[in-house]
Amino acid sequence: MIRLEDLSLTIGKAEILRRVSLDIAPGRVTGLVGESGSGKSMTALSIMRLLPRESRVSGRIILDDSNILEKSERQMCALRGNRIGMIFQEPMTALNPVKTIGDQVMETLLIHTGHSPAEAREIAREKLARVGLPEDRFPLTRYPHELSGGQRQRVCIAMAIALSPELLIADEPTTALDVTTQAQILDLLRELVREEGMSLLLITHDLAVVAGMADHVAVMQKGEIVEQGATEPLFRAMRHPYTKALFEASSHAPARRPTATGEAILTVSKAVRDYALPRTRLIGPAPVFRAVRSVSFTLNKGESLGLVGESGCGKSTLARAILGLEPLQAGEIRAFGQPMGPGFPTRLKAGIQVVFQDPYGSFNPRWKVARLVAEPFHLMGTRPDDWRARVARALEDVGIGGDAMERYIHEFSGGQRQRIAIARALILKPEIIVLDEAVSALDVSVRAQVLDLLADLQAEYGLAYLFISHDLSVVRAITDRVLVMKAGEIVEEGATEAVFSAPAHPYTQALIEAAPAIPAEWKVHEHGQAPVV
Amino acid sequence: MARYLLTRLLSLGLSLVAASLVIFAVIEVIPGDPASYMLGLNATPEAVAALRDELGLDGSLLSRYLGWVAGMVQGDFGQSYTYRVPVAELIGDRVVVSLPLALLALALSTAIAFPVGIVAAARRGRAADYAVMGATQLGIAVPNFWFAMLLVLVFAVRLHWFSAGGFPGWEAGVLAGLKALTLPAVALALPQASILARVMRSSLIETLGQDYIRTARAKGLSRRLATRRHALRNAMIPVLTIIGLQFSFLLAGAIIIENVFFLPGLGRLIFQAITQRDLVVVESVVMLLVFAVIVVNFAVDLAYAAVDPRLRRGGRR
Repeated sequence: MIRLEDLSLTIGKAEILRRVSLDIAPGRVTGLVGESGSGKSMTALSIMRLLPRESRVSGRIILDDSNILEKSERQMCALRGNRIGMIFQEPMTALNPVKTIGDQVMETLLIHTGHSPAEAREIAREKLARVGLPEDRFPLTRYPHELSGGQRQRVCIAMAIALSPELLIADEPTTALDVTTQAQILDLLRELVREEGMSLLLITHDLAVVAGMADHVAVMQKGEIVEQGATEPLFRAMRHPYTKALFEASSHAPARRPTATGEAILTVSKAVRDYALPRTRLIGPAPVFRAVRSVSFTLNKGESLGLVGESGCGKSTLARAILGLEPLQAGEIRAFGQPMGPGFPTRLKAGIQVVFQDPYGSFNPRWKVARLVAEPFHLMGTRPDDWRARVARALEDVGIGGDAMERYIHEFSGGQRQRIAIARALILKPEIIVLDEAVSALDVSVRAQVLDLLADLQAEYGLAYLFISHDLSVVRAITDRVLVMKAGEIVEEGATEAVFSAPAHPYTQALIEAAPAIPAEWKVHEHGQAPVV
Repeated sequence: MARYLLTRLLSLGLSLVAASLVIFAVIEVIPGDPASYMLGLNATPEAVAALRDELGLDGSLLSRYLGWVAGMVQGDFGQSYTYRVPVAELIGDRVVVSLPLALLALALSTAIAFPVGIVAAARRGRAADYAVMGATQLGIAVPNFWFAMLLVLVFAVRLHWFSAGGFPGWEAGVLAGLKALTLPAVALALPQASILARVMRSSLIETLGQDYIRTARAKGLSRRLATRRHALRNAMIPVLTIIGLQFSFLLAGAIIIENVFFLPGLGRLIFQAITQRDLVVVESVVMLLVFAVIVVNFAVDLAYAAVDPRLRRGGRR
């Protein structure tokens, strides 16, 4: 279908791609895997010729015996959306918010074909139904904001396949979606490839997604394809050390030493949190959305407790309530025996710290690291005299050198920032750390390191973790006990291994079922033994 | 949509009531006696009493307020103390100058700013963009009265294309009226256009960086078509906000330009009324301007909803 030959790309002075060669076969799924910055997306954008302005490309991209890189912009416009469709990672922002979904799907048809608007509308209706948005439930006059993330991604797919392109490029199409939605979208893509005879270039950081989807896999590292081949043999052999490292990191379980005691330090009893919704009537009480419905659990000293659930299930709201950032409408949260609320003693607040998901947005960019890490000291009223020494110690604990103190946060990578966030949480020697999707934005290799760090810190300081995540494999690796949350309620609770190996609630079963996994029989080499051929 | 309209209308009504209360309180209630203020320090007690009687200051606060509001609703703004004519007549004479001037200036400013802002955004970081940024910087920095005098020197004194000032009245013909308003409108529009072009540029640049523009390009739209179909409308919200503010400003804030060109506009009227302590006129003109601003804001709110479907249900972006 399309063949990449020695494709190299530089943007400004940065070398982004180096001699990438890849054959995308017709009617097959080609997986492109790698960590962020490995050049996966840039490879896709090179095919689409949608690169940033300062880019310089060399090599060849062959389609029908001609080189795409030599085509004019006008020829490319005729190609994009027509013979090559593309969908992106962020369905929430990938659609124009001020145009209806019908118009947006129709547009692909109208710009490439001579269809009348009525004909285009008919095809758009058909295609939207094809991707699971039948008109009776999802009229073409809907706006993107009236749809969920998964539904929006379906609209994007409908737009991309409206003209039945020969190649569909899907750049992390499910990364922003919940695990059950991800499974549905992947199913849809699989069906489309089978029924429409389309090629799919699937770009993802998730080895398990590729394992379940692709016929052919290429592994990228630092702008180069380090290994490629048919999926199953490649996974079984894992010849290249980077492939192996990536695989090991993705299923990494840190060595943990149990520190859990029976001493409860945080109890949540029948907690209820309501949000007021926009009024629908002028008089009378505003309607409310109950985000947390009578949730009860206990966190023990030194314990690692997981809280899993899909987006919107109320897990972050619950976390914020535990931190005292949101009032409860009923029920109670007690930390160290004191009820959480406006009257919660400041000195005890030092005992609960938090690490959030976004390693980029959770720091003041104008402060130096020393001041960022020392910030929680204001809970103690005055900064202790030895604060610099303590900041240095906390940074050392998370594996960041003391010279970081005089630097600004933009000088650090995502993984380093998350370590600094953990240092900030550690500085007051808390007993509880709430980790709200703390490793979700990190690449697998960095994530493995941060998980190790968390395990080490727990063993050293006897910390209790409330580990909130949508990622089941991570929760399984790092927690003793797990709570499964759905629509504001805890539907299942128990020892982590027991819940994962024998889930009792249908929702937990569905979550575990939907999570992509590399087939167990492919993992023969896991303990360093090469398979006998 | 109906609910959105209703809430906006409700807020419009409440704003008007609140504004009228504040204006009434500031002028009639707070600093002692309006009559002795209007007449100055040397007024005789008899004169003050006569004026109090004329202004109806002896009634209760409530009845005075209600009377004032009821009068305005019927178009009766009272009698000017200095001019001895109904205020409504004074305002009417001035509005026919100020409103066309403001509209003309706004139309000019928009007509200049849109293409300029769009070109700058589309050619970001290139020569055209730098030229626009430099020119608009200058446009904002140059004081408009100085620019107005320059216009007079070139187009009136030297070239004789326009008169140097004054307003012949619309009785002299629409063309003559527009001709008299052209130079003042240009002088007013220049800084406004500069600001608006910059807002347009930065808003459009931000919008062009959005994911849905990339999606549109992946569908096969050219850069130009993607800008026109997907970016422009999304970039309009901040632009509309600025247009609303500019119109409100142009309506009453043209006082310096009105003075340079000897135009009998609202700005000069209120300036004269303040210097002559004609509180009746001040009160009414201020209320009228507040009314205009509130109505403009209402129109801008409606424009937001027309542009962005997410706002139609009373939500926020």
